[in-house]
Amino acid sequence: MSSREEILNSIRGIQKENKALPDIPNFQLEGDLVELFKNAIEANKGEILSKKEFENWISSNNFQHIISCSEPFHTYATQELPDDAHQLDHLELAILEVQFGVAENGAMWLDDSQLPHRALPFITEHLVLILSKENLVSNMHQAYDRIGADHSGFGLFIAGPSKTADIEQSLVIGAHGPKSLRVILV
Amino acid sequence: MKKEPHIGLFIPCYVDQFYPQVAIATLELLEKLGCKVSYPLGQTCCGQPLANAGYERDTEGSSLHFIKLFEEFDYIVAPSGSCVLHVKEHFPNLPGKEMSAISIQKKIFELTEFLTDVLKVGNLKGAFPKKVGYHSSCHGLRGLRLASSSELNIPHFNKAKQLLTNLDGLEWIELSRSDECCGFGGTFAITEEALSVQMGKDRLADHLSHEVEVLTGGDLSCLMHLQGIASREGQKVEFMHVAEILNQAIR
Amino acid sequence: MSHPKAAAEFLKDQANSQWHDETLWMIRDKRDTSSKSIPEWEKLRNLASDIKDNVLSNLDQYLEQFESQALKNGIKVHWAKDAKEHNEIVLRILQEKNCEAIVKSKSILTEECHLNPYLEKHGIEVVDTDLGERIVQFLHQPPSHIVMPAIHLKKRDISALFHEKLQTEKGNEDPTYLTNAARLHLREKFLGAKVAITGVNFGIAETGEFLVCTNEGNADMGVHLADTHIACMGIEKIIPRRKDLGVFLRLLARSATGQPITNYSSHFRSPAEGKEIHLVLVDNGRTRQLAREKFKNSLKCIRCGACMNTCPIYRRSGGFSYGSTVPGPIGSILSPGLDMKKYSTLPFASTLCGSCSDVCPVKINIHEQLYEWRQEITKHHGAVGKGLSMKLASGIFKSPLAYQFSGSLMRKVIKSLPKIVIYNPLNSWGKSRNLPEVPKESFQEWYKRNRHE
Repeated sequence: MSSREEILNSIRGIQKENKALPDIPNFQLEGDLVELFKNAIEANKGEILSKKEFENWISSNNFQHIISCSEPFHTYATQELPDDAHQLDHLELAILEVQFGVAENGAMWLDDSQLPHRALPFITEHLVLILSKENLVSNMHQAYDRIGADHSGFGLFIAGPSKTADIEQSLVIGAHGPKSLRVILV
Repeated sequence: MKKEPHIGLFIPCYVDQFYPQVAIATLELLEKLGCKVSYPLGQTCCGQPLANAGYERDTEGSSLHFIKLFEEFDYIVAPSGSCVLHVKEHFPNLPGKEMSAISIQKKIFELTEFLTDVLKVGNLKGAFPKKVGYHSSCHGLRGLRLASSSELNIPHFNKAKQLLTNLDGLEWIELSRSDECCGFGGTFAITEEALSVQMGKDRLADHLSHEVEVLTGGDLSCLMHLQGIASREGQKVEFMHVAEILNQAIR
Repeated sequence: MSHPKAAAEFLKDQANSQWHDETLWMIRDKRDTSSKSIPEWEKLRNLASDIKDNVLSNLDQYLEQFESQALKNGIKVHWAKDAKEHNEIVLRILQEKNCEAIVKSKSILTEECHLNPYLEKHGIEVVDTDLGERIVQFLHQPPSHIVMPAIHLKKRDISALFHEKLQTEKGNEDPTYLTNAARLHLREKFLGAKVAITGVNFGIAETGEFLVCTNEGNADMGVHLADTHIACMGIEKIIPRRKDLGVFLRLLARSATGQPITNYSSHFRSPAEGKEIHLVLVDNGRTRQLAREKFKNSLKCIRCGACMNTCPIYRRSGGFSYGSTVPGPIGSILSPGLDMKKYSTLPFASTLCGSCSDVCPVKINIHEQLYEWRQEITKHHGAVGKGLSMKLASGIFKSPLAYQFSGSLMRKVIKSLPKIVIYNPLNSWGKSRNLPEVPKESFQEWYKRNRHE
């Protein structure tokens, strides 16, 4: 007998009382979604920028390697997307659009349609995400309602820059992935 | 209450032996509040230390004995959350006596919950002008739910506080860690001596750093442990069971 | 080493043990604040618990559904009945890929299966990429906490370690500096690895996808740069529907660290073009635990570590004192199911305070199961827990508290215990604690004099 059969058979052999799968109520979040989202991003050590603030930030940095996957931000790009994600190693900034954001925790959803390379939002030194204010949902229940039965090979919530506190619980931003996360609310 | 209910006073073995003044205070307090109370003689250990040590199956005798002593009462009240919880949840299987056990388990109460939930004592008149620190025993807190535990997101309540803060002059002290375990834990106090003592020291320090004058609680096992450490360290803090404070204050 | 011994050892370094206690308490405190910002928190716990109950009562069907969806999505699914088979499957995949170096993100399951030493024995370089895990890997230690693997170490230890391993400046203890050194070191490993291994936080039966949650982004760095992703998953990690994630993701990070969500929650459904995903479904004692009515709901665990942070024992004894892959309260109810003899002292390393059960986001009755394991372990008195039950029993009887047992009860117990235990004169109560003063008369005597006609 294969291990698969062995495992499944031993589960089938156990007397189990059937417990119903509960419905999930439609929990809501009180308050202004934009405000809540901003607070959440900041608590996650991200930053919210206006388009203008973004322009100032980018002109004060002398980035040599920028990739943009957002049409309106293509002017900032310094290079095209390489074929192999390994060539992204020296990427300083990636600009990506997200589908929607979650007000309760600052999480933003992207899937393969925003990610020409799945490694892109991780390998870049800095990450800028573009989110429309129209595309805010209140909490994770609404987030999954919104994702629904979408069939993407990969989907991702990003809620902040890469971080760790593994050394004496001191928070350090930029563990392996981006050392900063900026969100432009449009 | 309509027909005068008869209360059986359950005094845990170590209270009987080491803290008779707490048993007396419990009895007098209940009497002051107009209750008819009797203490059935021949009480023994309820079996908790054995059960918690993994020998619940050997507590059949003490459980049957308990049922026999208390079956006839309308209520059973004890100044110990821990022992009440044991009776409520950890009696072993008692073939033929299941219904009696259930009936006992329904009518047994820890003292403060009996006062607030059954007697529905409103405002107690009395004074106790001291800074009081309350130690929530874990079995009372998370077993009997005598207060809201700090882990849960539920409305705050505390039955002992509800009673004690009636007293004039009593200053209820909020602790840094409101309901951490003191480290007594029955046999744990012996088998994990180092941890038990460290936990006790930490709990005591929380009270002392808030200048608590009287350290109280609903379980003497915890208080005995904390008092043992305080006394060894030469700390001045006074230890009183909730029953003693209430009984003394509303004299 | 038994838990009491290890705990006493840990407590000897007072400054360190106090730091450990206070740091983990701070995390428990953050968890409290975070959970209290969600009005429906207790409802979410109930929902999570109910969903997991449903999973456990239909686990076979959900596993089949999960497998068939995953296969449709192009994921290769493997089944392993135990740790040995799990390790062999992983090795076989690596050999097929001619892979000699892998990167691995945090997976308690692979710790449980002792995958690293197995692969290393077969000539494969394994690099743990979670910072805390890399630190303990350098030290040849297991993680001491399932969420914070290096919580037992201080920055001076890590500074010295990195000086030796990564040539950082001697004496530079700055966490940012040290983290950056690890970043550079691990970046090279990520870029070089052909295969990446991850654990799994949740597997979704409905869609065949699985989730990996991290803050560092190390799991994603590994798998998206590698050609092959091997995900190792305990069979209990299944949840029925995608929307159930709404419940679990709201609970997981808040319970673990107080964050509202981990910075990265990655949903893997199909491999990227030209790449492969292998999923290894592992039993390793889980079906045995499922068959134990009193202990089966320990399988609801989502590995948040909240019970460790809140446990007054864990905080003061450290993760290594448990000697098990999963330490702390949840480990103490899981481990005896794997090896009752080896882990016989763990269910006793508790005051049964119940804080673990109250923080648990899936409402596992941890402290009640600790109590139940005690009942099981003492039944195997001679075979399993001889030393242990003797010690415990002696704990009761050598205690000077003179528990007044009923005659019959006392006789029953005495019969089953060796004399040395009962008459053991040692007394550990009095080492640091005084005894209460013995009153002139017992309450019973007072009552007879004053109230009893």
